[in-house]
Amino acid sequence: MWIYIGKRLIATVPILLGLSVIVFGMMALIPGDPATAILGSYATPENVERLNSQLGLDKPLVEQYFIWLGNLLQGDMGRSYALNRPVADEVFERFGATLVLAGASLILCSIFGLIAGIAAAVRQFGWTDRIVTFLVLIGISTPSFWLGLLLIMLFAVELQWLPASGMFAIYGGGGPLDLLRHLAMPAVTLAVVATAVIARLTRAAMLEVLRQDYIRTARAKGVSERRVIYRHAFKAALVSVIPVIGIQAGFVLGGAVYIETVFQWPGIGRMLVNAISTRDLLLVQGGVLVVAASYVFFNLIADVAQTIVDPRLR
Amino acid sequence: MKRLLAAAFAALSLMFSQTAFSQTPPNVLVVGQIAEPKSMDPATVTAVNDFRILMNLYDGLVRYKSGTLEVEPALATEWEISEDGKTYTFKLRDGIKFHDGAALDAEAVKFNFDRMLDENNPYHDTGPFPLSFFFSAVDSVEAPDAQTVVFNLKEPYAPFLSNLAYPTGLIVSPEAVKKHGKEFGRHPSGTGPFKFAEWESNSKVVVEANADYWDGAPSLQAVVFRPITDANTRVAEMLSGGIDVMVEVPPDNLATFASDANSKVYEQAGPHLWFLILNAKEGPMADKRVRQAVNYAIDKKALVDNVLQGTAEVAAGPTPPAFAWAYNDKLQPYPHDPDKAKALLKDAGADGAELTFYVTEGGSGMLDPVAMGAAIQADLAKVGLDAKIETYEWNTFLGKVNPGLEGKADMAEMAWMTNDPDTLPYLALRTGAFPDEGGFNSGYYSNPEVDKLLEEARRETDQAKRAVLYKKMQEIVRDDAPWAFIANWKQNAVTSARVEGFELQPSFFLLLHDVKKN
Repeated sequence: MWIYIGKRLIATVPILLGLSVIVFGMMALIPGDPATAILGSYATPENVERLNSQLGLDKPLVEQYFIWLGNLLQGDMGRSYALNRPVADEVFERFGATLVLAGASLILCSIFGLIAGIAAAVRQFGWTDRIVTFLVLIGISTPSFWLGLLLIMLFAVELQWLPASGMFAIYGGGGPLDLLRHLAMPAVTLAVVATAVIARLTRAAMLEVLRQDYIRTARAKGVSERRVIYRHAFKAALVSVIPVIGIQAGFVLGGAVYIETVFQWPGIGRMLVNAISTRDLLLVQGGVLVVAASYVFFNLIADVAQTIVDPRLR
Repeated sequence: MKRLLAAAFAALSLMFSQTAFSQTPPNVLVVGQIAEPKSMDPATVTAVNDFRILMNLYDGLVRYKSGTLEVEPALATEWEISEDGKTYTFKLRDGIKFHDGAALDAEAVKFNFDRMLDENNPYHDTGPFPLSFFFSAVDSVEAPDAQTVVFNLKEPYAPFLSNLAYPTGLIVSPEAVKKHGKEFGRHPSGTGPFKFAEWESNSKVVVEANADYWDGAPSLQAVVFRPITDANTRVAEMLSGGIDVMVEVPPDNLATFASDANSKVYEQAGPHLWFLILNAKEGPMADKRVRQAVNYAIDKKALVDNVLQGTAEVAAGPTPPAFAWAYNDKLQPYPHDPDKAKALLKDAGADGAELTFYVTEGGSGMLDPVAMGAAIQADLAKVGLDAKIETYEWNTFLGKVNPGLEGKADMAEMAWMTNDPDTLPYLALRTGAFPDEGGFNSGYYSNPEVDKLLEEARRETDQAKRAVLYKKMQEIVRDDAPWAFIANWKQNAVTSARVEGFELQPSFFLLLHDVKKN
């Protein structure tokens, strides 16, 4: 097991390295440069050239890449041009916020997705099943940024129960309760689509398992229905649901971009959008690396969890 | 399971039960900003979003008189300009201290400009300083005594004073720069009405009242600047009471706020011009009559009222009216006259001409460029001009337009916001400002008389005489029509009814010194 995890971790190194080359190349290919973005209206060729040389951007691209890589190996992710602060500070601060949001969403979507999926499968074509299937369809097709705005209109503007945006209250904030209040709407919004996906797949997986011979045998033996569902069927269905949850983890990280914008969540998705539009190369590099690494890591966790649940994979 | 549900329910009700957060605290003003600030170091930033904070933390030697773009004393109480316009001598106000306790003296002022302009200065590496060219005319700065600063210019440069009033000219504490180096932008220290207290990245910047401010302590106890990038969220925060002041209100929402007794709406036209660069070098636009026809063909009133929903005013010429002292108020906008446009096109043999029209998706000061582009295209079609729109993302767009339109396009959208009537025409209308000379004259307009007027105005230190030169320039340029003059943007803001003494400035700066909150 540990050897497997070790191998998987080593395999991520070339993936991340390749990714950094691609990001570097893409940022070089898109027109515009940080100096033009910073100077705005004042971007005369002369000013741009002067600023580029101050930023170290007049060096050949390959050289810039290796300087960056060399610094990275020493734990230095460089300095953001646009924010004028170390990339690592910004990236990890932001990533922490995204993890809180994505983590909460992932917990929500796993719990509600699994419950809804099981409930629907247990009474296929019954009322619960119809309602769940209908809600799942709505959930999958709802644009999350729109849902977010509706929630803000209802809970923040009309009812004034929850704050409209941010992660902590501006004055006298802080503490877990304050965080929960700010987290509620964005986490729910972000979880909706993933919940629907997980519910749909859980339902399908459960239905398949419930048709198996050993379930019939269990029921014939007189095992209680509750035990059949949770001990026999659900455990088996979980094997095919877990990798989906792993994929949803990546999806939730990606979806956080919109949600973070709508709710002003100080996360890494919003940071990346800004960094790309200001052509802030090193910040984009740092952000993408961290997000990619976490994506790989989540999938690894999902795979390991699957191995634990499914003895055949051991 | 039931116990779990009960626990979740209890947690939820606890969350909803605390409703106190929807009211902002008294005497603390919460401002909804459009983006996270980049730095609190005025020498290194370029965005209005940052200026809104900085103008409250720092002072310059001079500042704009409230409600105008004319300079008045600030840290300097008086100044003298030499006969030849090349030496500026400032007397500093007595007894001013930076927030960190260091004294503001002539050496401190000299340090500020040396840091920006002298590559050999040990603190030059705390940059880069993208707008340092505002002071590129400065040859040297001297501090003959503690209260006297002398600027020696390489050549006469009249916009120097208003550049000193610009955020790039704000004076920072040399001690703080020496202490924090490159991180000064996160540990700012100035002389302004508010002192820096806290910057929590992506969440808030807090500044507190400076009780010893030379121009009187502010009545607010503190100001919190919150970055809220999404306009809809900003509106929601304003409606739910999460912020007291909101800038750059989307036009769609202005009416809602105007009819709400709990909020006040403010508008102020700024030194901004939205225009079309016309390619005067080649193609149909090389003919002055065609360029004038474009100006006649566009229904600017409709653009301003319908597309921009009243958030701008129709522009008459190259200089925005916000520069009241230099603006030629006899100038009338080109009337909307399609028949005259058609006649001019016919004369020039250009009816039915095909044009390439560069449009951008969005960008600094560009208002609603895609909708504007489409409306302009429709107006041109009505007089028989077939404009083909090519749309680009802002940075790509600048990369195409700034090097010149030759061989690429006949017209392009553009917008500028400046702090001196010299800036825009000098950088974008002179023969010496063609793109290959390092300027922004992307349409290759060239008129020796305009060149001469602009050079003279830049050297003339007497404001009244300068104004005469600019007014003449505006008349000529309006007639030559190197651009289609479209709109001057009105800045807007909304405050809650609890806020008093709030005023928008033509400079678009946000000055909170005199603001009160109940």
